[in-house]
Amino acid sequence: MKNIKYLLIGTFFGLVLTKGEAISWYRIQEMFRFESFHMFGIFMTAVPVGALSLWIIRKFKIKSSDGSDIEMPRKPYHHGIIIGSLLFGFGWALTGACPGPIYAQLGSGVLVTVVTLLAALAGTWTYGLVQKYLPD
Amino acid sequence: MNWIYQPWPWYVAGPLIGITVPLLLLVGNKNLGISSSFRHMCAAVLPMRIPLFNYDWKKESWSLLFAAGVIIGGFLAGFVFANPDPIAIAQSTQDYFASFGIATSPGLMPTELFNWQTLFSAKGFLLMIVGGFLVGFGTRYARGCTSGHGILGLSALQWPSLVATASFFAGGILFSKYVLPYILSL
Repeated sequence: MKNIKYLLIGTFFGLVLTKGEAISWYRIQEMFRFESFHMFGIFMTAVPVGALSLWIIRKFKIKSSDGSDIEMPRKPYHHGIIIGSLLFGFGWALTGACPGPIYAQLGSGVLVTVVTLLAALAGTWTYGLVQKYLPD
Repeated sequence: MNWIYQPWPWYVAGPLIGITVPLLLLVGNKNLGISSSFRHMCAAVLPMRIPLFNYDWKKESWSLLFAAGVIIGGFLAGFVFANPDPIAIAQSTQDYFASFGIATSPGLMPTELFNWQTLFSAKGFLLMIVGGFLVGFGTRYARGCTSGHGILGLSALQWPSLVATASFFAGGILFSKYVLPYILSL
């Protein structure tokens, strides 16, 4: 039950993604066509808020609720960052959803998107299967 | 109470999305990320002997609860408190869609494309099944998605995440310009 807080934060995240229309296929196409500032505005405000929060956490050595030190996220480079991201970009243009919005599209009542979710699981599983044959 | 039904502008939604980063760190030292939930589900259901899926996924169960929360959030914002009006996308985008017979009716998804009938056509197969597959395959290969790289990684000033985000957009922009029109014409 101690993990129930993550359900609540997830609900908050899904609510904001949906109210911000970041889960909309229409908005994603509009973004890729550079015909509105909306989605870019979301990124350009989300990232500075995240960056500023991380800076404050680091500056004042704020600890996590359980008293542990907060580790700064690290994302090392590997070639999959380019290859995998391009493939994901194709999928994003098709489905109008990145992974978070896949869940939110389903929740918003477009029940057929459960197929998108299952296909994403199949894609993840297949990557695991062929990982050893691909460049890292 | 009008604001709960109306869509939120970018300057409200964006900062609130950004707040999720410190929220997860402060509450439980967790990193924002969603695509890892796909991996945990694979590990829970069908790990076989695949190295990527052989680990104690139960230790990461918070990620599955977070994902379940996103479904609930989508239900609240997109169903219970759904915007009653058609989505207000740019006129030029509307005109572009109209040329393929796609209208902007109320709702966040074009019902002409995302329904059970089209699923069994070439168009629906490509949009949902091939599209979903690429999202799952690509994000795992990149070890992160728009949340993990695009929001968290960029917030932590990790240059590889900038490469990832630029590649997400490059893939999406090229695909929607050169390939999607053929799919929508099917």
